[in-house]
Amino acid sequence: MANPTGPTGEALHRKRPPHPIRAYGDRMGDGGVQLSFTLPVAAGGRAKEAARRFAEGLGLRSVLVTAMEKAGTEFTFFVVYGRSEVTLDFAEVEVPEVTTPEWTPKEVNTLVKERLGRRVIVVGACTGSDAHTVGIDAILNMKGFAGDKGLEAYPWFDAHNLGAQVDNQALLTRAREISADAVLISQIITQRDVHKENARAFIELARREGFRETLFLLGGPRIDHALARELGYDAGFGPGTRPQMVAGYIVERLLARKEGRP
Amino acid sequence: MLLPIDDAAVAECRAHAMAIATDVQRFIDRHTTVAIERTVLRAFGVDGADPDGVPLVNACVERHRAAGTLGRGIATFLGRRICRGATDAQEAAEAIAYGDELDDGEGGPSTEEVRRALIEPTRRGIERIDAARRHRDADRARLGVGGAPLKYVIVATGNIYDDADQARAAAQAGADIIAVIRSTAQSLIDYVPIGATTEGYGGTWATQENFRIVRAALDDEQDKVGRYLHQVNYSSGLCMPEIAFLGAVERLDMLLNDAMYGILFRDINPRRTLCDQYFSRRVIARAGITINTGEDNYLTTADAIDAAHTVVASQFVNEAFAHLAGLPDELMGLGHAFEIDKSIEDSFLLEIAQAQLVRQLFPRHPIKWMPATKHKSGDIFWSHRVDGLFDLVGVATGQSIELLGMMTEAIHNPYLMDRFIALKGADYVFRACRHLGEEINWKPNGRVVTRAQTVLAEAQELLGVVRAEGMFPAIARGVFADVKRPETGGRGLAGVVERATTYVNPILDVLEGRTP
Repeated sequence: MANPTGPTGEALHRKRPPHPIRAYGDRMGDGGVQLSFTLPVAAGGRAKEAARRFAEGLGLRSVLVTAMEKAGTEFTFFVVYGRSEVTLDFAEVEVPEVTTPEWTPKEVNTLVKERLGRRVIVVGACTGSDAHTVGIDAILNMKGFAGDKGLEAYPWFDAHNLGAQVDNQALLTRAREISADAVLISQIITQRDVHKENARAFIELARREGFRETLFLLGGPRIDHALARELGYDAGFGPGTRPQMVAGYIVERLLARKEGRP
Repeated sequence: MLLPIDDAAVAECRAHAMAIATDVQRFIDRHTTVAIERTVLRAFGVDGADPDGVPLVNACVERHRAAGTLGRGIATFLGRRICRGATDAQEAAEAIAYGDELDDGEGGPSTEEVRRALIEPTRRGIERIDAARRHRDADRARLGVGGAPLKYVIVATGNIYDDADQARAAAQAGADIIAVIRSTAQSLIDYVPIGATTEGYGGTWATQENFRIVRAALDDEQDKVGRYLHQVNYSSGLCMPEIAFLGAVERLDMLLNDAMYGILFRDINPRRTLCDQYFSRRVIARAGITINTGEDNYLTTADAIDAAHTVVASQFVNEAFAHLAGLPDELMGLGHAFEIDKSIEDSFLLEIAQAQLVRQLFPRHPIKWMPATKHKSGDIFWSHRVDGLFDLVGVATGQSIELLGMMTEAIHNPYLMDRFIALKGADYVFRACRHLGEEINWKPNGRVVTRAQTVLAEAQELLGVVRAEGMFPAIARGVFADVKRPETGGRGLAGVVERATTYVNPILDVLEGRTP
């Protein structure tokens, strides 16, 4: 079993030696990239030149317009290749990531039973106008995702899935009723950042209502840990998250709190 | 490439499904809903809303529902107002909604007088549906319809004018069918918004005016591209029958309409949905609209291999309900999907088996073939390859309608160029493999034949179980899509009302083939 007292939380910052990189096409340092886009003009010689200039405007050199296709009478689709002179120092790239313990569901249950000594209570929902439950269902429901059973299947978890289009207040009320250890919010709607506004409103409401101990987790296809932290959540989970990662994170945080660790 | 299928098993599936649907139909025939009664008012020509945006049809129906008199049918009260001097249905409805006193239905005029007063409004309402159908039939005959599989794409900008522009561009790139995806929460609101809309979330509001705007764009564009262009919207959610009527009079060609979808995926009350699907399908049958059922969705929550038979079972149930509502096979676009986990060996063979099975079970039906959504990724190049195999199954198994897969499925609502790329790819596969299906014979006891027979046998068994326990308990137990919905749970139950012995609904009378 992995050591539950090991380092968790956000990745540690370490000083690394410089590591300049460019996009790799065919040779190191060539900066080769591919790009496709549509311009709202009819196809033709001028359109093709416009596409080339557009790519140059993005900073590409040696631009090659490899496809110009009529996608409508006043719309043209382009594929272009070019070389980007952008150079990054990879050493300076820092990303806050949730580090979840790599515990199996069995290990998680054993930890809860032996170290926490009570069941973990979790409630989740798609909030606001969001009707897409695939994500929250994958994490919470028995069936799970990609062969990894959902939290309902964990004997030492009480998982409540409230489903779609749940009002922020209703979710908080329920969280209080059942004394939830963790609240999972799933957000998928992306147009005009509705998911952000609603997710932020939820946390603000929770703070006003005096929730202090509860873990708040945000998940969805456009969510990452940095965004979730920015919005006031304890952690964010993006595409490809498996239920055991969420379970491991929650249990680790609860044990850390119980045992007085950061 | 006909697969050997046991005709007796198919016949038994149909018999089970009809028994299941007939049992529920007894419930349906004893009830009405607020949505059905609002549709009746719309058919009588009642329109408009108060300054707060509450539609007049909602105000009327809600007032009688709250008073406990809706079981007599809103037509009763509308007819009584007309008998007492209202000049038309609109004025009568305004009196019902906003008048000081609410008619308790006691005393004169007699039911006969009420029925007589409604003959002309009924005739006019039905004529609006019939005229729209004649218009569509004439356009289709004049322009012709594209070859199968018809290429179906979605637009979903939130702004109906942008949707219309994108619909035109898609048609120019080869699309036959344009679906305007609805704003996310609309299925759960219990009224139909009014007017043209330019703001929506995840899609565009379904309104009568928005239907008109897109239809006008397609009318204009279809003359240029030289083939008939279809418009699709959603007759689902809490306003299922109203959208069916608005779609009927605005010449929509297809409506997403499923006996169970709203129950399973939107948590709408089972009784409400089953009553609403019946009335909506009566309207749809009269209008000559093709329904699209939603079985493809089962495979987004349940596993596409384990639950393949639930798709087939549900298709038989949807067919039985549609038959009971007077819908012919030729208007039933039963849905299924290419959703098997792409990491599984021979998944393509399993997809072929299931797609061909559905094709053979429903030979006259305009079957709707849906693309991969669950097992796609942000790697658009990989997703585009998945769509290529999907197109191959679609053409090889002779699907009627194909919703084209989008390489950006896992990312966002399609960009204009995503649609173009999908159409270009599908054109290539359809052209290259046009007669592939005719050239193939599967090994008699091979993987494909065995898989198809297994799915059918499992569907047959499941239908037998559902027949024995009844539809409502089966849904409550989570038989379909692994989703459990109790009979009295979900949204909209308060809008289900038992019909009184004096129930009057002349629109339904005509739709059911009786003289009003």
